[in-house]
This record gives sequence, C-alpha cells and structure tokens, in this order.
Amino acid sequence: MTISIDPQKTNNESLQPKGWLRYFSFSLDHKVIGIQYLVCGFLFYLIGGTLASAIRIELASPMSDFMPRDVYNQVLTLHGTIMIFLWIVPVVNGAFGNYLIPFYVGARDMAFPRLNAVAFWLIPPSGLMLVASYFVEGAAQAGWTAYPPLSITTPQSGQIIWILSVLLLGGSSIFGGINFIATIIKLRRPGLKLMQLPMYCWAMLGTSLLVVLSTPVLAGTLILLSFDIIAHTGFFNPVLGGNVVVYQHLFWFYSHPAVYIMVLPAFGLVSEILPVHARKPLFGYTTMVFSIMGIVVLGLVVWAHHMFTSGTPPWMRLFFTIATAFIAVPTGIKFFNWVATLWGGKISINSAMLFSCGFIINFVFGGITGVALAQVPFDIHVHDTYFVVAHFHYIVYGGTVFIIFSSIYHWFPKVTGKMLNEKLGILHFIITFIGFNLCFAPQHWLGLNGMPRRVAEYDPQFQFVNQISSLGALLMAISTIPFLINVFLSVRNGKDAGDNPWNALTPEWLTSSPPPVENWEGEAPLVEEPYGYGKEISEQK
Amino acid sequence: MTTLDSSKEIQKNNSEFNETHEDFRMFGLITFLIADGMTFAGFFAAYLTYKAVNPLPDGAIYELELPIPTLNTILLLVSSATFHKAGKALLKDKNSDSQKWLFFTAFLGIIFLICQLFEYFHLPFGLTDNLFASTFYALTGFHGLHVTLGTLMILIIAWQSRINGGRLTSQNMFPLEAVELYWHFVDGIWVILFIILYLL
Repeated sequence: MTISIDPQKTNNESLQPKGWLRYFSFSLDHKVIGIQYLVCGFLFYLIGGTLASAIRIELASPMSDFMPRDVYNQVLTLHGTIMIFLWIVPVVNGAFGNYLIPFYVGARDMAFPRLNAVAFWLIPPSGLMLVASYFVEGAAQAGWTAYPPLSITTPQSGQIIWILSVLLLGGSSIFGGINFIATIIKLRRPGLKLMQLPMYCWAMLGTSLLVVLSTPVLAGTLILLSFDIIAHTGFFNPVLGGNVVVYQHLFWFYSHPAVYIMVLPAFGLVSEILPVHARKPLFGYTTMVFSIMGIVVLGLVVWAHHMFTSGTPPWMRLFFTIATAFIAVPTGIKFFNWVATLWGGKISINSAMLFSCGFIINFVFGGITGVALAQVPFDIHVHDTYFVVAHFHYIVYGGTVFIIFSSIYHWFPKVTGKMLNEKLGILHFIITFIGFNLCFAPQHWLGLNGMPRRVAEYDPQFQFVNQISSLGALLMAISTIPFLINVFLSVRNGKDAGDNPWNALTPEWLTSSPPPVENWEGEAPLVEEPYGYGKEISEQK
Repeated sequence: MTTLDSSKEIQKNNSEFNETHEDFRMFGLITFLIADGMTFAGFFAAYLTYKAVNPLPDGAIYELELPIPTLNTILLLVSSATFHKAGKALLKDKNSDSQKWLFFTAFLGIIFLICQLFEYFHLPFGLTDNLFASTFYALTGFHGLHVTLGTLMILIIAWQSRINGGRLTSQNMFPLEAVELYWHFVDGIWVILFIILYLL
C-alpha cells in the first residue's frame, strides 16, 4: 500500500507564515520544529540556571539566610526538573534529532510531521505550568525524584502540577521517540544501508528505543502517585500498607535509562563533530554501533544501583553492581574510539572542537566516579551526599551540555548561513570549562566528607569549599554572556558561511545554508561514506 | 566527489520514493502500542511485587467472584473475532456487512463495560480499603479506559464505513486496521490481566 503526497499540503505550506513568525506557528517543517525545540529549551535553561545560581548563593553560607528552607526545596526541585525535562532531553533529542535525522536518512521530513509538531507544542505549556506552580501554593518540594512519602506529605497542589507537567513532557518524549524510530528504520532513501548511516542516527535509534520502553513506566508510576495524593490510596504509603520501595523501582526503571536518553544523543553528536574537525574517518564505526546497542540493553537492567541503601537484598546488590560495571565496557570502547579518531588527525582548534574535547575530559571523570558509585560499599558511604551531585553534573553538564554547545557552534552556520565569532566562542569555552570544574570538582570532596545533598544548611567546616563551588557557579553564569552576545551579533552581521564551511561530508552539508523547505533543491544525495575524510583529501592532492 | 553516487538509477528510485512511499503509519502504531504495553507491564510488576512482599491485614478480601470476569473474557475474545469479520467484509467491498459487524463489536465492548461497572458496584471493597483493592481498581480501571476509548473509535469508524460518503472503503483500510490492532492489543492485555488478577 502506498500513499501519495497530497498536493493540498504544498499549497497550505505557502500559506504558512514566513520569516521568524513561522517559529511561533504549528509548522510541520522538521527544521523549524528543531529550532523551536532548541530556543524553547534554551529559555528554560536560563530559568533553570537562575535557579541553580540561587541554590549556590544560598550555599555560600552555612545558614539558610538567602531564602527560607521550603523555598530552597522548591527551587531545588524546579532546577532539577526544568534542566532534565525541559532543557537536556528536548534539546539533545528533539532539537538536534529533528533538525539532523531527516537529512541523515535522505528524507524531506520526519515520518509523522504532524505528530512531531504536537510533540513540540506539548512542551511550552507544561513548562510554563511547572514554573507557574511556584506562584500558586508553592512548587513541588520533593526533588526531581518525587520520592514518597515526601511527595505525599508536602503541599499537594505543587506536587500535582509537577506530576501533570512531567506526564505531558513524557508524552511529548514518547511521540518524539516513535517518530525517530519510524524515520530511521522506514524513511531511509533507497540505496542507503543501515550501516552507512551517520552515528547520530544510531544514537537516536537507541535513545528512542529507551524512550519508548521506559517512559511509559514512569507515566504509570506518576499516575499511581497522584492517586496516593488525591484519592488517599496507599500504593506508596506505608501507613496504609503500601511500599515506598516499589515506587523507587518503578521510578528508576525510567530514570536510569533517562540518563542514557540524555547522554546517548550527545555520544552521537560528538561522533559527528570530531571527524569533521580532525579530518579523519570516525574510528571503529561498527564497534560504535554495537556499543550503543549494548548500552541500550544494559541501561535497562541497572536501575537498582540507585537504591543500594533502600534495603535492597544482597542478590540484587550483586546483580546490579556487576551489570553497572559492565556498562563501562561499551562506554569505554566509545571513548577509545573518539581518542583514536583524534589521533594523528589534522585538528582545527575551534570552539566546536574545544567543547567536544572538554566533553571527553569531563565525561571520563564522571564515568570513573560512576563506576565507583556502582560498588555497594562505596555507594553506601556516599549515598545522598554531594559526591552524587558532583558525579551527576559531570555527566549531564560536563557531558551533555558541553556537547549541546559544541553542536551549536558546529551547526550554526548550517542553520543560519552565518559563522559564529571564534574568539567569543573560545572565551565562552574557557569560562565554561574553568567555571564548571571549579563548581563541581570540590563537591566530590564535600561528599566524601559527608555533606548531605538537598539541604539549605550545612556544617560550618564545609563553608570554604562551598564558596569555591559557588564561585565556579558564578563563572558558569557569566559564561552565558559571551555566548548570547556571539549568537546575537552573528545572526545580525556574521560572516557568510557558505554551504559547507567545514568541508564536511555528512548529508546536511550538501545542501544550501540555510537549507530550503524540503531540504534539497533536487534529489537527496546518497552518502555512502559519511566519514570518508582521508580518501577525499588524498584525491584532492 | 566519490561519496556521492549520482547514477541515474538511484536518482530515479529516490524521486519515486519521495512522491509515494510505503505506508508506515502501522509501524508507528505498533511502536506506540509497545509503549502502552510497557505502562501495563509497570502496573503488573507493581501488583506482583505487592503480592509477594506486602501481606494484607487480617480480614482483607482476596477472593474475587469469577463468573463476571469470565464472561467479560469471552465477550472480548468474541469481539476480536467479529472485528476481524468486519475487516474481511470491507475488503470484499461489502460496506454494510462491515458496518454491521463493527456495530456488533462496539455493542460487545459496551456490554463489557457495563459488566465491569456491575462488578465494581457489587464488590465488597472500595478504592482505598487496602492495597489489593487499590491495585485492583487501578489495573481494571486503566484497562477499562482503554476499552472505552476503543469502543468510541469503533463507533467512529462504523460511522465512516457508511456506504454513501463514508471515508472507510476497501481502498482506505488503514483506520479499520489501526483500530483493529488496538482492539486486539486491549484484548490481549485483558487476558493477561485476567490471569494475573483473578486466577493467580
């Protein structure tokens, strides 16, 4: 059975708003939707970053003097939820996925354009709802994990709005995942084999599998939690015969894969960026593919390592420790592959490359603490301390956010047709890298010495190290300024980029910048070797 | 550039591919149903865990009456068969036959929901009585929601399969096939639910 493209559709498209107005419309163009995701996510990043600054100001002194303790809890919860569900997941999946995947598979749009637009437009209302809940009766206070009994006993309205918002965002994520799977598997242009796809397609395929398999479980869990809050059932309330550990199992069945949902696309993006700026083919394509799929499979069976202090039986501790340690193998393979890609390459030191290298350094550090945290005796010692906070931020900020910035520097010329200013970009990288490490590296020490996370007050002996950390946070806040100036100036009067400023070989560079509405003026090119760099150079000579 | 294959053959294929491509709406639906199934899997896992580790207080009711759920199982299984009949009839361009089978399927769905409500009103426990009661209502209620949505969709496609002016024809089978797949899925979930909740 075949369906033909409705001629009506093209007519409708000519009626759609042009210029910047289309970014505020229910556009079906995957490139417009990608930019919508990116800009919307970045606005929420600024909100979440402001909240993070508030947290670091509070923690600069041992007493709770900047804000009341319950407000601190709300700020903490909103910071976590906004950064995960409204910045990292939508941007690293939705924004880059929507923009790049149709190019990579040689299609004119995603498999289900309308579903795609719906998935995006679920995000702004749920995000605004979440932020607005602060002004109703106070936002949720139970952290982004919403563990009962805390989430049942804290004020109800904020927690319920939080649940509704996360359910909508989960729905958006599932719709996006279905779309990516269908696009990558079914919409490849004829002649393009799976093993010829750029690595980001594989990363998005793995991520989308995780989204489709694990997000619904979170949705079900949150529905049960809302029953506990509204109808006073006892699913997770021990007083009524319920079981809080069941919540933790169900929650982490989603939220451990969620870490891979945040970081696997970043693995894919860095695999696109490094070969271009090192002028070398991606090292070990096949092992990369199998590593991604290995991470997907293992990622689904390691969730209980978040629960070693929840009365977990010994066999479970043993199993989940071993499974978690195994994840280091495919991840390690990928890291050696990236280093080998750089090895002997003709490396250009530009902003995109610097952020990618920053990612490799930070993520290796976060990965090592991750393997350490998987060991039960060590985990019990540092559970719920700042060590975990440090580890987590090394993964999601040092890992994923660095790659988001790297990708912005890499694909900005494609999206706008203008180059970003390299000097400002390098300044942005230097401030971010120093600020980030200054902020989070001391937190390992704090955690090892027993400073608990999620509290507004702490023992005065930790004050000095906390102030260093807050100084780092200040630098991170400042680092946004050169970036914003850079984007603003470059959009207005940046240097013209031309179609392919990096001389890259992946398909999105083989069309004009910015690309036309249906991606290619003529036929979609068949790119059999997206990383065939060495060959091309030798032929040019 | 060596990486660009510009042979005419492939270009031609690609041009055709962009004008008309394979219908993968069914593929998307299957992916969605896998996701939906995972929600149920989470509920089942929670229920089984509770059953294994959370003993009920003395005097709490475990035993459920079997006649109504058994009848409901039969109703749903029969409705799957009648839905299949509707599809076969539509394929042979017998639209009015197809419409009859669809209405009959929707009727079976409604009877299922009435039986379910009847069971709810005659159960000796309420939503918040104990953990077992809560999980019972959550599981059957969530499934009932799926049956309600399914029944509404069947009524819609039954209306669309009318002979004059209906959109559902043997040339446009997708709406029927999609709802049919969803309906079989809801049936399958019920069978698992029946075994886990009533028989175990």
